[in-house]
Amino acid sequence: MYGGGYIFDEPDRRQRTEEYEHDIPEKLAEFEARIEGGEKIEPDDWMPSEYRRQLIRLIEQHANSEIIGALPEGTWITRAPGFRRKMVLIAKVQDEIGHGQLLYNAAETLGKSREAMINDLLSGKTKYSNVFNYPAETWADVTVIGFLIDAAAIINQVANSRGSYGPYCRALERICYEESFHLKQGHEAFVGLAAGTPMQRRMLQDALNRWWQPIMHFFGPPDTISAHTEKLMQWKVKMASNDDMRDHFLNDYVPKVWELGLTLPDPNLKKNGETGRWEYSDPDWDLFFKVIKGDGPCNKERLAVRSWAEEHGRWVRQALMSSKYRRHAPVA
Amino acid sequence: MNNSYDPRVKRLTLKDANISLREGEHWNIFEVFRQDKRGARHVHVGALHAPDPVLALIFAKEQYGRRKDCFNLWVVCSADILAFNDEDSDVFANNREKNYRDASGFKVRDKIEEFRKKSGNIKK
Repeated sequence: MYGGGYIFDEPDRRQRTEEYEHDIPEKLAEFEARIEGGEKIEPDDWMPSEYRRQLIRLIEQHANSEIIGALPEGTWITRAPGFRRKMVLIAKVQDEIGHGQLLYNAAETLGKSREAMINDLLSGKTKYSNVFNYPAETWADVTVIGFLIDAAAIINQVANSRGSYGPYCRALERICYEESFHLKQGHEAFVGLAAGTPMQRRMLQDALNRWWQPIMHFFGPPDTISAHTEKLMQWKVKMASNDDMRDHFLNDYVPKVWELGLTLPDPNLKKNGETGRWEYSDPDWDLFFKVIKGDGPCNKERLAVRSWAEEHGRWVRQALMSSKYRRHAPVA
Repeated sequence: MNNSYDPRVKRLTLKDANISLREGEHWNIFEVFRQDKRGARHVHVGALHAPDPVLALIFAKEQYGRRKDCFNLWVVCSADILAFNDEDSDVFANNREKNYRDASGFKVRDKIEEFRKKSGNIKK
């Protein structure tokens, strides 16, 4: 799954400007021409410090989202309805953890260690996709996550896979391939409930109603209030605007919800026949920022569980430690 | 604090996150090469963290060998890989000019035809 469009940024613009001025104009021009020409940037290449910083932030948050995103779904492994659904869910959750590893590796090529990334996640310095701060209350929630959240994540990840940083693109290529199974299984489980008993349909409708707001938040604030992204677009770090991705998602998936006779809790949701764009009520962005800053229903639990795992796995890591093998960044 | 919907989480005594990892605690990095079929070449597919090559191979099976045909995997510690710097790739720059190293650099047909015309009476 799970690179949301919104990347949380630390408010430290002063430091950023200073760093930025140390960059060399000739090298910068060469670097930008390379990206303009469709070439990928590789770990050993010269890059502006701001590019490096933004990429670490993006890939690291994406990796965090994969790892934390496994928690609400993992909740349901023990209670998945039937043997097949249980196998599928285990496979999916294993994939998500694997994606987290692939992405942490890609971020490590930029010079930040795995341990530093985990520390920053646990201390709240770096974030993960906001949707995982909500609980998966019923099995229907798992089907909504597997279908609609994964669908949204795929739109974001396919866009990012055309970006400029080689190791991130290679990781995303593999991730997108595996995500296609996640989306299919999610749709199947979703349709399973939608075509089921009246009680199953009620359960699914309830889950949709609760998840719609987080889903509308998924791609981040509207372009009008979103932070300045022109440079990131030019450097092919950000590949599509939040509103464009949200519109792409609505266009592809709202019809797939409506065709099952289900509703979405927004009376203003409709496609404008003239502009071809979707219209919707403005999502509650104050809530979005409140949850990102730590006040969502599950923020504390997610980090506490993650921290518990690090703490209780420590003796195993230490017992297996071998000093014979030297530490090094991944080669590509 | 612990009102988790997850029965496994509910059994835990959770505290606020306060652990801090030390550099190197998550082991070393190994590169993984995958062989899809017997006789095929190994191709680099990525990297992973492991304490030693044996566990790296076990983790590689989980991480890089869980789908599609896979026949074998290699792992090697990233630190043991020696490579050129990308900016030194100009050491290969004139490879293309060395067509005497390539079959396409050798052409005799024109010469044969010219020789045959000059000689006049060679039968085919």
